[in-house]
Amino acid sequence: MFRYTIRRLLFAIPTLLVISFIIFALLDLAPGDPTGNLPLTIDAKTREAIRISLGLGEPFHIRYIAWLNQFFINEPLNILEEWWGSPIGDSAGRMRIRSWSTRSPVVDLIVERTPQTLWVVGMSYVVGILIAIPIGVISAYRQYSWIDQAGTLFSMIGFSVPTFFTGLVLIVIFSVNLNWLPMIYDTTHTVTGWDSFIVQVKQIAMPVMVLALFNAAQISRFMRSSMLDNLNQDYVRTARAKGMKEHIVVMVHVLRNSLIPVVTVIALGVPQIFGGAIITEQIFRVNGLGALLIGGIEAADIPLVQTLTFIFAVLIVGFNLIADLLYGILDPRIRYD
Amino acid sequence: MTDAPAISAKIEEHQPHRSLWWDVWAQFSTHRGALAGAAVFALIVLAVAIGPFLHTIDPGYLDYKAKNLGPSWVHPFGTDNLGRDMLAQVLAGGRVSMAVGFTAMSLSLLVGALVGVMAGFFRWLDGPLMRLTDLFLALPLLPLLLVIIMLFRDTLRRAFGPETGIFLLIVFVIGITSWMQTARIVRGDVLALKEREFVLAARSIGTRERRVITRHILPNVLSPVMVSATLGLANAIITESALSFLGLGFPSDFPTWGRLLFDGKDFLTLTPVRVLWPGLAISLTVLSVNFMGDGLRDALDPRIRGR
Repeated sequence: MFRYTIRRLLFAIPTLLVISFIIFALLDLAPGDPTGNLPLTIDAKTREAIRISLGLGEPFHIRYIAWLNQFFINEPLNILEEWWGSPIGDSAGRMRIRSWSTRSPVVDLIVERTPQTLWVVGMSYVVGILIAIPIGVISAYRQYSWIDQAGTLFSMIGFSVPTFFTGLVLIVIFSVNLNWLPMIYDTTHTVTGWDSFIVQVKQIAMPVMVLALFNAAQISRFMRSSMLDNLNQDYVRTARAKGMKEHIVVMVHVLRNSLIPVVTVIALGVPQIFGGAIITEQIFRVNGLGALLIGGIEAADIPLVQTLTFIFAVLIVGFNLIADLLYGILDPRIRYD
Repeated sequence: MTDAPAISAKIEEHQPHRSLWWDVWAQFSTHRGALAGAAVFALIVLAVAIGPFLHTIDPGYLDYKAKNLGPSWVHPFGTDNLGRDMLAQVLAGGRVSMAVGFTAMSLSLLVGALVGVMAGFFRWLDGPLMRLTDLFLALPLLPLLLVIIMLFRDTLRRAFGPETGIFLLIVFVIGITSWMQTARIVRGDVLALKEREFVLAARSIGTRERRVITRHILPNVLSPVMVSATLGLANAIITESALSFLGLGFPSDFPTWGRLLFDGKDFLTLTPVRVLWPGLAISLTVLSVNFMGDGLRDALDPRIRGR
């Protein structure tokens, strides 16, 4: 297991390097001039000075290596420094990835926006799993019953109807017609007591439900098929023959074993959820990472977009690794070595 | 021995109808969801194809006196904030969304099948091509799609005109980022097929490799490719709508379902029904395609078929 982990970690490095190169090259070599949106009254000399101040004076490979250095060495050092409390090395002279439109370090912007996204995404994932597991268990236990049919229909609808439509429908129902929930997510709202907590619950309810439905649709399918695989196993018959109560057989023996593949599916789904959050944040005006990305794209803020896209890639590679390792840890039948 | 005549008689009884596609149809038609999906999908395609000839209002015609109207006989779906007819826009948008869906799906199938067959058939290509597939699977697709469209939009608009340029760009980016699942499935099937006796027989009579692939391998990977086609169509329609919904798809005078949702989302309090029609159109299309894919998967699986 340990050797496998090391091998996978080593293999992730070239993958990430190639992806970082693709992202960097794509954004860097694309047509278009970063000073193109500036007023026409700026003369060519000033324009050139602006280009150099944005770091565009250097050739492509130097900028790529500088960006890698900033992303993999300088920024982690800065984060460590904040935890540590005292400066590590030459912290003032360290180059940071700076956004072109705000001129502040990209990582600071990302740190600022992450909590909102994590709240919405994390809550929706938890709610989605809590909906999905009972549905999966019941529809597998009562296979081909009406409840199973309803579960199938639910999951089919859940992953066919796009989140941007469910979100708008929820807004029309709960904000426009019933006037129960706010249409826009207010990020400046802080929870100080019971009343403000209720306000927070109300404003987070719709974005969470939209993403949770989408997640639940997929996870409940996996849960169902995994339960079906296990229900016909010999150990289930043994447990029943021993005279164990039915709910113990299903809820303890079968459920625990069925959760093994589902856990890996849950881990694999995390990066996709961040992708889905881009759309949901746009519907409910949550100013999280997705809104940051869209804003960066619209403002042609290349360093910000490069860094954010690469972070999404790191999430995908990371969670793939986590899923594989979890599978090996949870299921003793899987041997990687 | 006494059973033998009975069995052969039984086989003969079934003989007249039995062809692969008849079998597939027989299994497909037992799947109620798939039949309903096929019917709804056919209806939507038909409506989008001939609808604009029956409902002849120009989707781009501005009529300021008739803005923000509810449903009426003249405008069955109402009108938008500029007085454009919603039904005409949904029909016109459907044509674009369907066209994008079908073209992008074909492109992704072509790339996926090509990569899959090459990787499965030629040993020396297997490693590199599968690493490439893994790499593409690790790319953050939605952010990249947005970035590519933002960067290349203006160049392509200048080269091919505003509509064709965006159409080509969207079809290309969706096709090029969704072929990986097809490639993996096809590769697996080709690896198994390659070892079968009929391929050996074909080789032993001196069939050229290209001929083995086109004549013996490709027809046998048709069923996984067809199932991927349905998934690919659903995926392409959703992706196009998502891009348009984020404001990075087609221009606003060129309606697609996603674009109509994007334009309608700012008028939720005034005319909430406006988002309903394009949203329902997307959802119904994708739902029916997914049901069809479900039925097709069962129908094309010889282990399930005939049971």
